[in-house]
Amino acid sequence: MKKPLKSPLKPRKKAKRGSMPGRAPNRGADVLPNLKKKYQLRIPSHAGNLEIIREFASRIARKVGFNEDDVNKIELAVDEACTNVIKHAYSYDSKQPINLVIKVDAEKLTVLITDHGKSFDPKQLRPPDMKEYFVQMRVGGLGVYLMKTLMDEVEFDIQPGKRNQLRMIKYLAKDGDEQ
Amino acid sequence: MSGFEVARADNGEVSVLRLKGYLDAHTASDLEAALQRLVDEKRYRVIVNFKDLGYISSAGLGVFMGFIEEMRNGGGDIKLSNMSPKIFRVFDLLGFPALYEINDEESVALASFHKK
Repeated sequence: MKKPLKSPLKPRKKAKRGSMPGRAPNRGADVLPNLKKKYQLRIPSHAGNLEIIREFASRIARKVGFNEDDVNKIELAVDEACTNVIKHAYSYDSKQPINLVIKVDAEKLTVLITDHGKSFDPKQLRPPDMKEYFVQMRVGGLGVYLMKTLMDEVEFDIQPGKRNQLRMIKYLAKDGDEQ
Repeated sequence: MSGFEVARADNGEVSVLRLKGYLDAHTASDLEAALQRLVDEKRYRVIVNFKDLGYISSAGLGVFMGFIEEMRNGGGDIKLSNMSPKIFRVFDLLGFPALYEINDEESVALASFHKK
């Protein structure tokens, strides 16, 4: 029996067009099979850099197809996260770096923010009671609450003395529920 | 250059602060300074106009938290006006509409001060 033709000289044909077995047709993943991108920004922990950080995040979000409403949400969530790093992890020491990575695939945008500053226990955070904030006139502390409201997933990975990492995910609107 | 500006206009007993640009952890201190100046001058009736503000984070909202009590104790208030939907949503997410008077127009805020 003849083996199927497999010439090393011939480049392999690209995947067949049209439907793939077991997959829904016309999904972004089929049109662009390798839509996976990673963007990275390493920037000094200084509040004056928040403008650049926001620009970085919102440009990417807009480019990969989020609507303006979601772009604004991602922009604000990233700002709040980096503001917390600048204030709390590094206590305004602008010599320290913030490491911001944004990964994109066909269905979501993932933000990873890593610092090597002071750690904290995410379990100690509780949702703010606005009345209480109002009475006590507390300033700040609203960032994590906002991040959780604005993004689909928010997760802290704290390794005290090593690094703190925040992971936030926003899913792209599925086919059919786009604006 | 800072991406944020506060312009002040006094109208009788009322001071209007018009914000421009973006209000974040970097620029919040400029707004703080403007509000502190009003407190120092005992001008407690304040309108903050957001018409030309393009962005706000919780650091910006925190500034209003820090001054509202002082203004109200002095017999005045901080009234907010002319927010774009983008700006209003951040205030709304943090429950500010229950705590602050938010008007569509600066003139409405001004009229409500004069009524008292």
